[in-house]
Amino acid sequence: MTNLLESIRTSQVWRSIFRHGPPVTTRNRTLAVLSNFFLHLHPVKLRRSGLRLSYTWCMGGITFFLFFVETITGLLLMFYYRPTAEYAFADIQALNAHVPLGIMREIHRWGAHAMVISVWLHMYRVFLTGSYKPPREFNWNVGVILLVLTLLLSFTGYLLPWDQLAIWAITVGSNMARATPVLGHEGPFAGNLTWDGVGLIHAGNDARFALISGRFVGEATLLRFYVLHCVGIPLVVAVLIAIHFWRVRKDGGISGPL
Amino acid sequence: MNDALQGFFNALGDPRLYFLLSCGLLGASLYWRKWFTKIGTGVALLAFAVVFFVWGLGDRDFFAIAMKPDNVPIAGMLVLVGFFTWLALRRAVINDELRARGEPTLEERAASQKVFVWPDLVYTELICLMLVGALLVVWSVYLKAPIEEPAAPAISPNPAKAPWYFLGLQEMLVYFDPWLAGVVFPSFIILGLQAIPYIDRNPKGNGYYTFTERPFAITSFLFGFLILWVSLVILGTFLRGPNWSFFGPFEYWNTNKLEPLINVNLSEIFWVYWLGKPLPQFWLVRELPGLLLLVGYFGVLPIILARTVLKKIYIEAGFARYQVTAFLLLMMALLPIKMLLRWAFNLKYLVQINEFFLNI
Repeated sequence: MTNLLESIRTSQVWRSIFRHGPPVTTRNRTLAVLSNFFLHLHPVKLRRSGLRLSYTWCMGGITFFLFFVETITGLLLMFYYRPTAEYAFADIQALNAHVPLGIMREIHRWGAHAMVISVWLHMYRVFLTGSYKPPREFNWNVGVILLVLTLLLSFTGYLLPWDQLAIWAITVGSNMARATPVLGHEGPFAGNLTWDGVGLIHAGNDARFALISGRFVGEATLLRFYVLHCVGIPLVVAVLIAIHFWRVRKDGGISGPL
Repeated sequence: MNDALQGFFNALGDPRLYFLLSCGLLGASLYWRKWFTKIGTGVALLAFAVVFFVWGLGDRDFFAIAMKPDNVPIAGMLVLVGFFTWLALRRAVINDELRARGEPTLEERAASQKVFVWPDLVYTELICLMLVGALLVVWSVYLKAPIEEPAAPAISPNPAKAPWYFLGLQEMLVYFDPWLAGVVFPSFIILGLQAIPYIDRNPKGNGYYTFTERPFAITSFLFGFLILWVSLVILGTFLRGPNWSFFGPFEYWNTNKLEPLINVNLSEIFWVYWLGKPLPQFWLVRELPGLLLLVGYFGVLPIILARTVLKKIYIEAGFARYQVTAFLLLMMALLPIKMLLRWAFNLKYLVQINEFFLNI
């Protein structure tokens, strides 16, 4: 057995992937991080304070992990789902009925709830340890935007099952946009924008119309939210996560006493 | 006995009592934080929560609302937020004591030592992710994702609730018009969060838990996050039923329960009740009392605060930073103030200008 492992480790294939020996020496532990694409965001060494779970709560890492889980399960769900008023609900039902022991929708839904909670707790920890203070002001801002985008990801995904819970939650949520000052048709001062006595802002062109692509939550909203949920927002989030992690390193690694 | 206890907790859930109690609890845990962060207190609080939950599940109405699949993570969040608040305060108390004795904080002690990312951090991360992954799988096996009736735009459910994380905003709709509760306040929450690093110029407490070195910043944030966000999400999820009426945790969600709306505007209180005159026709005169109050609140109050309670912050932060800080804090305080005014005087709007759809 030991011989087998040893021969794998010394094989040309293995050594073409991992260009260093087992990470038991200082040199190889350094190389394990530096020469690995997935690990190279880490420093080689860090202060022990940044390792303690009682300090970090691991919430940022968990949020990233959940984003990853949501991406994978979301991808699998897309194979079974068509974002039209005719098929959306039936596809979800079919998914429940036809995939034996399937838990992808469950993992996606509970993972989404968990991600909202973990991103809040991450912000909570970062605030309580004062980790937004210089030099990390900008990264705190990136984090706030990521938090908002997490909520928007969840919000757009909420509509996709196309059941009563979905459309009415989105209706209640997006009704607020009607009241946007000036730009919503029921908002303050919107009635004052007129041209020859005709109101310029109405239900067919206001902020809510832009959000849900119609006068009420309908098929156009479903398509719009689907595209935003599966492609638009995840793309932005992925880029911002990259910046967020990169800046953690550039700002001196995980926060700790100065 | 059981009925009396259930009645007691139903009464505690009343939005007024619920809100004031949460404020009181937060204040007490901060003031008596040394006692609050003892292991014994933490265990006792957790035990109470578990006993309450298990006992509650015996009731049909409590079970229905607490075990609704989408509500399970929210109950979990409550426990997590409570635990992490306790943990952070505990470390803050320990650090503050160490500092007072001139010794390094817990973080400073651990920071002097450097460790290799491989294996220490890499394995810590791996174990965390495996535990979360396992939790997610077990959760998904035992709790099916719900699916309701197919979408029917003509049949609106009662209650119609926004996604759970926006229920704090929906709760604000009881006290404010949608343009404030749904648009202006959320925008200022985001802007306010973004402004935090630029308005808090206190260099202390960077990279370690502390309370005494930044009491004002922490108290304001805890009030905003724990009371105005998390506790209102809990209220909106578990205690608001059909017609957005209040229901205790052990109360049946009866769709016929209606709360009478007998709210009056400040203009009516001022002109009709106090002066005994009819409401003036011109909106500027009619709403003058409310407008003056708002000008005083946002324009004059910051100046008074700068010379009294917030003097230290004004000197530290400088004019511009202080103005932004004061404005954001006053915006945040508008919600509890309006709540108290509603409960005490049935106040509907401070300012109601139908001419522009502008109600505050």
